[in-house]
Amino acid sequence: MTGWPAFLRLFLRRDRWMVLWWGLGTMLLYVSQAVSVDGLYATQEEFDRAAASMASNAAFIAMAGPARALNTTGGQVFWQASAFGAVVAGLMSMFLVGRHTRAEEETGRDELLRATAVGRLAPSAAALLNAFVANVVLGVLVAGSLVLYGLAAADSVATGVGLTSAGWFFSATALVAAQLVTSTRAMYGVAGIVIAVSYVLRAVGDVGNGLASWLSPIGWYQAMHPFSGLRWWPALLLLGGTAVAATLAWRLFDRRGYGSGVFAARPGPARAPAYLSGGYGLAWRLQRAPILSWAAGMLALGLVYGSMGNDVEDLIGDSETSQQVFLQGSTDLVQAFYATSMVMLALIVGGFAISSTLRPRGEEDGGHLEVVLATALPRSRWLLAHVVMTVAGTALALLASGVGLAVGYSLVTGSSDELWHLSLPPLQYAPAVLVLSGVARLLYGVSPRLMVLAWLPLVLAAVVMLFGDLLKIPQWAQDLSPFEHLALVPAQDVDWAAVAGVAAIAVALSVAGQLAFRRRDIH
Amino acid sequence: MTDEHVIDIRGLVKRFGSFRALDGLDLAVGPGEVHGFLGPNGAGKSTTIRVLLGLLRKDGGEARLFGGDPWREAAALHRRLAYVPGDVNLWPNLTGGEVIDLLGRLRGGIDEARRAELIEAFELDPTKKGRAYSKGNRQKVALVAALASDVELLVLDEPTSGLDPLMESVFQRYVDAFRDRGHAVLLSSHILAEVEELADRVSIIRAGKVVESGSLADLRHLTRTSVSAELERPAAGLAAVPGVHDLVVEGERVRFQVDTAQLDAALSTLLSAGVRTLASQPPTLEELFLRHYGDPVEATE
Repeated sequence: MTGWPAFLRLFLRRDRWMVLWWGLGTMLLYVSQAVSVDGLYATQEEFDRAAASMASNAAFIAMAGPARALNTTGGQVFWQASAFGAVVAGLMSMFLVGRHTRAEEETGRDELLRATAVGRLAPSAAALLNAFVANVVLGVLVAGSLVLYGLAAADSVATGVGLTSAGWFFSATALVAAQLVTSTRAMYGVAGIVIAVSYVLRAVGDVGNGLASWLSPIGWYQAMHPFSGLRWWPALLLLGGTAVAATLAWRLFDRRGYGSGVFAARPGPARAPAYLSGGYGLAWRLQRAPILSWAAGMLALGLVYGSMGNDVEDLIGDSETSQQVFLQGSTDLVQAFYATSMVMLALIVGGFAISSTLRPRGEEDGGHLEVVLATALPRSRWLLAHVVMTVAGTALALLASGVGLAVGYSLVTGSSDELWHLSLPPLQYAPAVLVLSGVARLLYGVSPRLMVLAWLPLVLAAVVMLFGDLLKIPQWAQDLSPFEHLALVPAQDVDWAAVAGVAAIAVALSVAGQLAFRRRDIH
Repeated sequence: MTDEHVIDIRGLVKRFGSFRALDGLDLAVGPGEVHGFLGPNGAGKSTTIRVLLGLLRKDGGEARLFGGDPWREAAALHRRLAYVPGDVNLWPNLTGGEVIDLLGRLRGGIDEARRAELIEAFELDPTKKGRAYSKGNRQKVALVAALASDVELLVLDEPTSGLDPLMESVFQRYVDAFRDRGHAVLLSSHILAEVEELADRVSIIRAGKVVESGSLADLRHLTRTSVSAELERPAAGLAAVPGVHDLVVEGERVRFQVDTAQLDAALSTLLSAGVRTLASQPPTLEELFLRHYGDPVEATE
């Protein structure tokens, strides 16, 4: 273990900004629930009614956790945020541990450091401690913000402590995953499955007899019952689990050689499949994993939103502000809810479209592009193939979210009337999403260095959509968001002229990016 | 104008900002020729290749590839060549075999028999994923893909930097065979010995310009060999042999440098004094530059 403090200092230094952003994001996740709950209900009566409705909705319980004290602000905060908070802490821990252990080992970058006078265990120990520190930052920010907001101090602190402990548990399991497989990607897969299984187990338990929740670290966190009869001992389960997983990681580390895993990397095919023979085949191979996972994710998200729709009237309460927020000028509350859901889902798909547009730059930075362009593949067709993947992936993700909404709604209501009414309308947002990626495409065409600005249009569109009226952003600035020009389906009818106009802008941006790309140097 | 030339570059200029990476470069490579493209790191070798491949746009001068414009007709011209970069980066999730097939198909076809033969000769495991290969093995994947393609020109940028000596000789054998079929090779390197093994003609590039060009025999005047010997008696008149420099005599031991063109005269003098031991060393590129172009070469990159 000799030399671990030096590694820890190095890791903390490399991660400080990243950890701060994760921490602030998690803090917002918790404290924003408090703000929104307090703003939504005018009277306690109204609040009680909404709480009772939420507590009787199995979909909500499966999504968030056991319904306890939902008619209090603290109870709502913990219920709405704790499961997702634990998942966020788990993901952060997974990335932090992976980046300093398996990723370094896979690239051989840390051989340089390992060759100095340090113990064999030092880098792994420091990586684990580094993730521990990051989770403490998360816990402190969450607990501190809730106390400052004015919630009960002991319960707020328990919320933070439980979050930190859950993060520690996932850090240790991520370290185990790093010993098992040889590639960073596979390690994230294994660690991600641990988090996903934890989430699903507690959902099964919370909806059923509660037993399965006791198999899940997220379930242990929620078993602390902050704001509804706080008890501390479940945190010991998390700490004990952390110790067991860390010990297991240690043992495994001792038994394997540097660069290898407990499971050896599987060999792949010696010959390329027939489709892998041109620009389109290559682009599909490089983008299919994100395209398919985004479609699956959007389908799941659509299901969640879809299953909520019927309860909307109970949930929103009668206060004028909350009505205003959800009605969006429509008269039917359920339709308005779906209109809001669809535009939110479309905005999330914007994340796919932009990351898909970033892929060509990854190819150029990674040194793959020069080899590919030294073949008979014209550069315009190479880029066009990636554009096609972005467009097709965007359409697929939007369609998946619509199908999710429709199926979720049908499952809850038992009626299939809305299937068509809900599954296709999200597709009208495809042009708006593609305007966002079109801006990124143009930036890439001009110079890959400009790609740091690629996410800006999405951020702008999100700010306009969520806070446009709240912040009193001037209309001309709101009009910059392509989403502002489209009809709020299904509450309103599709405005085909607007769809065509936004689509024309998307095409123009993409074509301009292509033309610029054809003229520039490849780096 | 240049049908007999596979590569014909005249007065090529490429600027990056205010920095002139290529400053009036000339280069000609004909069919059936392995052309060594020799220069220190950062001299402009890779920039020249990237202009030839249509990846960079030239700022001045002429560059012709198979008589065509490498920028405008890039894709069509690329059917006739294969390129191996100095630092081969493979996609982490594609196997070596998949990359070989993909690159071969993108070039317009692959010779199946030669593909199998090359994989065998280079002792390459084509089922490994890109992330699992060492630097030398990544290089082999690109070399197999290039050598198995039916092309008329190989553009190789420091192709043996990760190969062990055994694989290097396999590589040399295949490059020789390729040349013997009447095809051309542009072989960029900063290692003189690598180029000497293979090249018929050599161009030496420095600071974006070709400073010497010709057959290896033409360039003999550039090279000096270091000789050290132990003799039976003092060698009279060694200092008077033309082309002998930096002579150090310590009793029966002598050390000196001699222009390669004058090697014969110097050795005759040694022989007449009776040679007990003899060691000679070819000059390194760095020495060559130091001697002929005045200032030391900075090892960058």
